[in-house]
Amino acid sequence: MVRLSGARALVESLKLENVGIVFGYPGGAIIPVYDELKDSGIRHILARHEQCAAHMADGYARASRRVGVVVATSGPGATNLVTGIATAHLDSSPVVAITGQVPTSLLDTDAFQEADVPGIFNPITKYVFQPRSASEVPYSVKAAFYLASTGRTGPVVVDIPKDVQTKVDDMSFPDKVTVRGYTPYIEPDSTAVARAAEILLSAEKPILLAGGGVKRSCTEDVLLALANNLMLPVVTTFMGKGSFPEDHILSMGTIGMHGTYQANTLITEADVVVSFGARFSDRSTMDINGFTNRKKVIQFDIDPTEVGKNIEPTEFVVGDLRRSMTMFCEELMKRAITKNESPWLKRVISLKQEYDEKVFGNNGNNGLSSPKIIKKIREVLPSESIVTTEVGQNQMWAKLYFKVAQQGLFITSGGLGTMGFGFPAAIGAKAAKPSVPVLDIAGDGSFQMTCNSLATSVTENLPVIVCILNNSSLGLVAQWQRTFYNKRYYATWLGSTPDFVKLAHAYGAEGVRVQSLDELERALKQALRCEVTTVIDIPISPEEDVLPFVPTGGSLKDMLV
Amino acid sequence: MKRNNLKTVSLLVENKPGVLFRVANHFKRRNYNIESIAVGPTEDKTVSRMVITMIADEKSALSFTRLLRKTIDVLDVKLVEEDNVISRELALVKILTKDQATRDSVIELVKSKGVKVAEVTEDSIIIEVSDSFEGVEDFINSASRFTVCSISRTGVTVIEK
Ligand SMILES: Cc1ncc(C[n+]2csc(CCOP(=O)(O)OP(=O)(O)O)c2C)c(N)n1
Repeated sequence: MVRLSGARALVESLKLENVGIVFGYPGGAIIPVYDELKDSGIRHILARHEQCAAHMADGYARASRRVGVVVATSGPGATNLVTGIATAHLDSSPVVAITGQVPTSLLDTDAFQEADVPGIFNPITKYVFQPRSASEVPYSVKAAFYLASTGRTGPVVVDIPKDVQTKVDDMSFPDKVTVRGYTPYIEPDSTAVARAAEILLSAEKPILLAGGGVKRSCTEDVLLALANNLMLPVVTTFMGKGSFPEDHILSMGTIGMHGTYQANTLITEADVVVSFGARFSDRSTMDINGFTNRKKVIQFDIDPTEVGKNIEPTEFVVGDLRRSMTMFCEELMKRAITKNESPWLKRVISLKQEYDEKVFGNNGNNGLSSPKIIKKIREVLPSESIVTTEVGQNQMWAKLYFKVAQQGLFITSGGLGTMGFGFPAAIGAKAAKPSVPVLDIAGDGSFQMTCNSLATSVTENLPVIVCILNNSSLGLVAQWQRTFYNKRYYATWLGSTPDFVKLAHAYGAEGVRVQSLDELERALKQALRCEVTTVIDIPISPEEDVLPFVPTGGSLKDMLV
Repeated sequence: MKRNNLKTVSLLVENKPGVLFRVANHFKRRNYNIESIAVGPTEDKTVSRMVITMIADEKSALSFTRLLRKTIDVLDVKLVEEDNVISRELALVKILTKDQATRDSVIELVKSKGVKVAEVTEDSIIIEVSDSFEGVEDFINSASRFTVCSISRTGVTVIEK
């Protein structure tokens, strides 16, 4: 037992969780915590908006595969976190948010800067703690980290009233917590694994589908072994992008509304789909009946609620993917005969080559089209680089044309589709991996949502590169207006303001506008060499469509190409 | 009278603030109306049982119970199979009795249905019915030929046989 204030206990608890860095923004109701942070040795990164701080913590979590921490004050500080926390929630990213709160005596009185944090955050988190006495703080923080980082990971909020922060009390710091009724570890059912193996081996046209869960559980190696040993083609969901090296011969890219031609075609033709940590969201499957038509689906997931939620699997295995996929691999190895001469594999490889030739082959001029820009970025960036995206056409082009290498990492807001996510997430990722280049593929609309993070990037010395595919418009919405609303453009034209080069300069960052692929290459190399925050403004045509594209309501085979 | 697709979910939850709020929020998100809810502590004072009824088809009810099960502070969830449980609901039914004749026939109904009189006042009788959901519905139907001025029901609770 030691006697400490609640705020001090919080900071000590963070240290016990090995937190070295937090992202945040102060205010009245959290000053006691900031006072303790000052000499704690924990690095605090000051955002310019709490939403950005939350995205930074999220980007940090995704890049480091540890828990990201964000701190904000009560009321508006907490409500500004909402979009960031909801983004982390839909992508199962482990983020712990610490928020200040009005003193307990003022709770539920509409006090100055009071917001009902448990009420607001309950639907968009795994859990919200609100310790009502200082001695509860160590348990709350320990349990918050435990919940955020185990099972299906996700965000947790600890909302601490100001009097709880200042009160001095006897503290004991638990080594371990259990949360009754919470069972993050489920041992996979070995008979189900055996049945799954049986189904896969009897398939004529099998395909593996990797979701975000593969990245979350760090089982990329097992997936790679599985594909290599059995010569199975691999497609991923958007969240799973990069969980299988995209320069691999068996990589078919991503499925979904803006999936690759070969991925959507092959998953439609397949007779058995083995899914790892994918939740079959509407954006991935499109029309669900068209998706499941004449096919067996085997579902591996850590979260039992995913089974039967969007799809009825033929067979399912619940449990941590590291364990269940390893068991599956072993089971297959016991029986398998490698099938590298199958007609299906021939079809897979020829379709991939045909598509790659069309899309990635050298087609002449040096003009700036988005696919070429993305491919140039790929060419110049070292393979271990981290790429984040904004939302819109830029994100879809990145999805289609940026091939993530084995050592690389791709970070995007796949679930909530939050414009403005990519830039602060890139800064968070840079904080996690300072020696790795980090680049945000952006649209001019999205970038304007969180470009105030330039200040953080520059002053905290977390240099990242932003490539703005600048079409002076909200491109993806404009594409829908062009395609489905008879070109009745409305509220999607942004014009040529601001001047992003000047904006970058105003924040003390580098800014450059490029008009050709050569200039782009030079600018990228310069940015990589100098390690300063660089905004590269790349003007593109507002008329450019992202293709292929599956219209809402259609099946994956109904791609517009 | 058995209502179509009336499903009963029985939950064991932590007996502490905020749990009902989180459970109820799931019902709201799925647009399930809570037809009835009965909550109270169990043999373990730190654990409460919530018995909630709703209208839902079997398949969505099953996937919904899995979702509830995942909610932190929910310790266990079962979609109740009526044959495996004893199910009871308490209803208080207040009937206006303007004259002696009405009073007499209400008392007769009470006897024939085997329910209890909880209170008699000058111009009303309060009847206490403890029965299954269907039994309570049945009594309320039979009482409808009188002037029923108020009904208060607890919602069903269940216990496994
Ligand atoms: C916060 C937020 N608001 C609105 C949307 C809806 N939305 C989706 S894409 C898009 C356009 C994005 O424009 P821009 O960032 O310029 O990217 P582009 O599509 O032009 O590449 C909009 C408005 C969203 N996803 N997120």
